[in-house]
Amino acid sequence: MIRYIASRLLSLTLSLIAASIVIFAVIEIIPGDPASFMLGVGVRPDTLEALRDQMGLNDPLAMRYFSWVTGMLTGDFGISWTYKIPVSELVDDRIWVSLPLAIYALFLSTIIAFPAGIIAASHRGGMGDVSIMGATQFGVAIPNFWFAMILVLIFAIKLPWFSAGGFPGWDDPLLALKSLTLPAIALALPQAAILARVMRSSLLDNLGEDYIRTARAKGLTHRQALWRHGVRNAMIPVLTIIGLQFSFLLAGGIIIEQIFFLPGLGRLIFQAISARDLIVVESVVMLLVFVVILVNFAVDLAYAAVDPRLRSCE
Amino acid sequence: MVIGATLTLVFLSLAALSFIYTPYNIQSFDIPNKLQRPNANNWLGTDHFGRDIMSMVMLGARTSIAVAVLAVGIGICAGIPLGLLAAARRGSLLDELIMRGNDLVFAFPSLVIAILITAIFSPSAINAIIAIGIFNVPVFARLSRGAALPIWERDFILAARVAGKSSLHISIEHILPNITNLMIVQGTIQFSLGILAEAALSYVGLGAQPPTASWGRMLADAQTLTSIAPHTALIPGMAIVFMVLGLNLLGDGLRDWLDPRTKVARS
Repeated sequence: MIRYIASRLLSLTLSLIAASIVIFAVIEIIPGDPASFMLGVGVRPDTLEALRDQMGLNDPLAMRYFSWVTGMLTGDFGISWTYKIPVSELVDDRIWVSLPLAIYALFLSTIIAFPAGIIAASHRGGMGDVSIMGATQFGVAIPNFWFAMILVLIFAIKLPWFSAGGFPGWDDPLLALKSLTLPAIALALPQAAILARVMRSSLLDNLGEDYIRTARAKGLTHRQALWRHGVRNAMIPVLTIIGLQFSFLLAGGIIIEQIFFLPGLGRLIFQAISARDLIVVESVVMLLVFVVILVNFAVDLAYAAVDPRLRSCE
Repeated sequence: MVIGATLTLVFLSLAALSFIYTPYNIQSFDIPNKLQRPNANNWLGTDHFGRDIMSMVMLGARTSIAVAVLAVGIGICAGIPLGLLAAARRGSLLDELIMRGNDLVFAFPSLVIAILITAIFSPSAINAIIAIGIFNVPVFARLSRGAALPIWERDFILAARVAGKSSLHISIEHILPNITNLMIVQGTIQFSLGILAEAALSYVGLGAQPPTASWGRMLADAQTLTSIAPHTALIPGMAIVFMVLGLNLLGDGLRDWLDPRTKVARS
């Protein structure tokens, strides 16, 4: 087990290093000088040069990469060129919108998908199965931003149950959750459709196994065999998908945040890209990649905990 | 599969027809006729500039399909050779490098990077194609490697090696034909994901630029109009849903049809 964790940790570190190099390189090849972008047209060359020095743009490439990475390791993400405040402060404000949104959506997706997948699998070929699978085909095909627009049209404009956008902050947690509800549903539904399909097919694979027959033979009802043995064993592929979905939800939130005017990381990235505030862009993208890689790492470990065979594979 | 093929065919025909005929010219505005509901003259109504939505949906289909097909093309052209190479040199440093590179691309939140790429190199349909295409490469590389590995163990490959054929030769002549079906099925799925990705990018203004019609762009324009003219948002959205639904059903159908094992199971 320790060897397995060590090898996963090594691969986690290598992924992070590679990701940081790629992000840094991409930002480097962006045309346009951020310093001249900040100062606008008609600026004196010595002013421009002074600002370039201050921003560290005149340092060698390798040095800038290392100062960026070491800064991030100590929690120093640099100073935003447009907001003039530390990037970590900008992120700190917004992550409390994006992260709860992703978690809320993941929660909704799971509580919709689990029963749907289990009902479909246990009534294979029946009406329940056919209608659930039909619904998931639609769920997979619906773009979440369009679904968001429809939700706003129905539940914010026609029926004034929710607000069409904005975020009141966490002072009133219930109100905050309410304002995240429509965005979370919009994000969750397509993912729930995928998860329900995986749950169904994984459960069907397991229900055909000998140990289910044995469980039935020793006197368990169909329901008991399904819950005690089928569902638990079907969890392995489902866990992978849940892990992958978290990163989809975090990234997918970028567009949903635009629709609902939520002040999250997504809006921050869009604003930073249009303002050429590259330090914000690279730090936020790196942060998102870091979270995704970390979640995948956690999924790998959860795998090993659920399925001992995997530990010896590596 | 019939439903899927029909839906796909309808959209492909609409896109093809748009090259020679659209009911109206979408370049000309007709403001007095704006936001009309679907009627006899404008089957699907008009948008905020009085443009015919039917014509825009047809032209949008062309943009979506072109972007998705080319993006899948990038994935196939780069991914399959990489996957075959990794399988031919399995266990080598090269294999390891290719697979770790794949993992790396998978680790990136694709949407964020697509937004970054299109934002950096100015938004356009071409950059949307590249941004979506990059994420198709590891999908095809991993799948083709996985499918090629068991084939390398088969007797006919051993025979080909004994006959003195090189790995390259074997990969192209014997491995590739054996994994084609799988790639076609995956291609259909990636195609539908490409349609969704294109719609998302053009929705945030980073895909095809006006005056090129695109479904995502139409939705973005309709966003502030949903309460007074819901059809402007409903119709392009339905177009996306049915196109993607058609492709997914087609992909599922093709998988069952092309896979001999499910054929045996059915008969």
